[in-house]
Amino acid sequence: MREIPFDTIVKAVKDIIVYSGTDLPQDTYDALKKAMEDEQSPVAKNVIKQLLENADIAKDEKRPLCQDTGLAVFFVKVGDEVKVTGGLLKDAINKGTEEGYRDAYLRASTCEPFSRANLKDTVGYNLPAIIHFDIVAGDKIEIEYAAKGGGSENVSRAKVFPPAAGKEGIVAYVKEVISDAGGNPCPPITVGVGIGGTFEKATISSKHALFRDIGSVNPDPEMAALEQEILTEVNKLGIGAMGMGGTQTALAVHIESNPCHIASLPVSVNVQCHSSRHTHITI
Amino acid sequence: MSSTYHLTTPLSSEDTKQLVAGDTVYLTGVLFTARDAAHKRLVELIEKGEALPFDLEGSVIYFVGPTPPKPGDPIGSAGPTTSYRMDSFSPTMLKHGSRGMIGKGKRNQAVKDACVAYDGIYFGATGGAGALLGKLIKSAEVIAYPELGPEAVRRLEVVDFPVAVINDTHGNDLYQQGREQYEVKA
Repeated sequence: MREIPFDTIVKAVKDIIVYSGTDLPQDTYDALKKAMEDEQSPVAKNVIKQLLENADIAKDEKRPLCQDTGLAVFFVKVGDEVKVTGGLLKDAINKGTEEGYRDAYLRASTCEPFSRANLKDTVGYNLPAIIHFDIVAGDKIEIEYAAKGGGSENVSRAKVFPPAAGKEGIVAYVKEVISDAGGNPCPPITVGVGIGGTFEKATISSKHALFRDIGSVNPDPEMAALEQEILTEVNKLGIGAMGMGGTQTALAVHIESNPCHIASLPVSVNVQCHSSRHTHITI
Repeated sequence: MSSTYHLTTPLSSEDTKQLVAGDTVYLTGVLFTARDAAHKRLVELIEKGEALPFDLEGSVIYFVGPTPPKPGDPIGSAGPTTSYRMDSFSPTMLKHGSRGMIGKGKRNQAVKDACVAYDGIYFGATGGAGALLGKLIKSAEVIAYPELGPEAVRRLEVVDFPVAVINDTHGNDLYQQGREQYEVKA
């Protein structure tokens, strides 16, 4: 059994949070650059140019990319031959989150749902983190992280269709969700689509789909084709960068598909803004 | 065809009436920040006929909730927040002399009508460009409601702050018209 000290996890988590707050991942940067070249609208082109300038300034001067530095979302795969010593893995991830957000001057955005009281002085600075655990074979811990902003989360939706809806129903539904969202989720967006499973499995899959690198190809050829089809349809909407009209509404569509019940076809659409801050580490 | 303007605040009616949805404007001068809570208080003062903490005439209001500043900086990252939450307050602000708003996202018809009636402009700043926009803010001073924390009213001095005209004094709406222009119908 491999032992990993609590503090090793805290430091690793803190490091990726500090880094992600200011350094846009290369895949996102490259995708924005391509979108700027492809964009037909001069107004939207200028917006994307500002986003690239913003990424350069944030990286060089270590300023947060956006004032909405998000809730911290993690997908963690824990090897069955690993033991964290000196504390719980979950506590270590939360501690690393708090230290990262506070020390890097990122915004504390968690609050109580009804009083809207900020939790920074009670529960902790931008705590609790949202953590999804899985157990796998091996002696490592793999941590995938993304900062998830509010504007794009607010337009996300899920629905359980009858099986007859099929691919056609899914394409139409995603298009409807993105059309209704307009400029509010800060396009050009990434669209995560979770298909199948149960109601909650579909939503978690749609979230996890956003952690994939933009520009990567879905290993399932059928899903890869469906991603392209939905992307083409979404970009016909004309929403464009920040909703100002244009051809580049979405940078990518990512699908995660699961086996499901014979009676249902769950579909979830989770949207990520253009500032797709995501990364992963293996300890 | 969209044009580019360099304007200095406070804005006059002559400044705003020449602008058309889709134009790019670089603003220099003073912006006042206010979000939901501050708007509620300002509108209450207007309704009671009491003095405001700043002169509304020609003012431009920025809807923003910045990150904490690093030591030595005037402000942290400071991109626009979603504007519809200010829809119920903005017409009153425009009626009493304010001439510009900066945010992101759609406004309701009452706000668009108020832009036409009172020579107001709704500008869109680039959401998520917080580092770039924060850097163009040369000074930030809390002038009212410090107890509101990030929602306090601040007086910002900006240089060449880039915004796009979304709703103009002629009733145009870039979100609607821009989208129609690039939409590919089935």
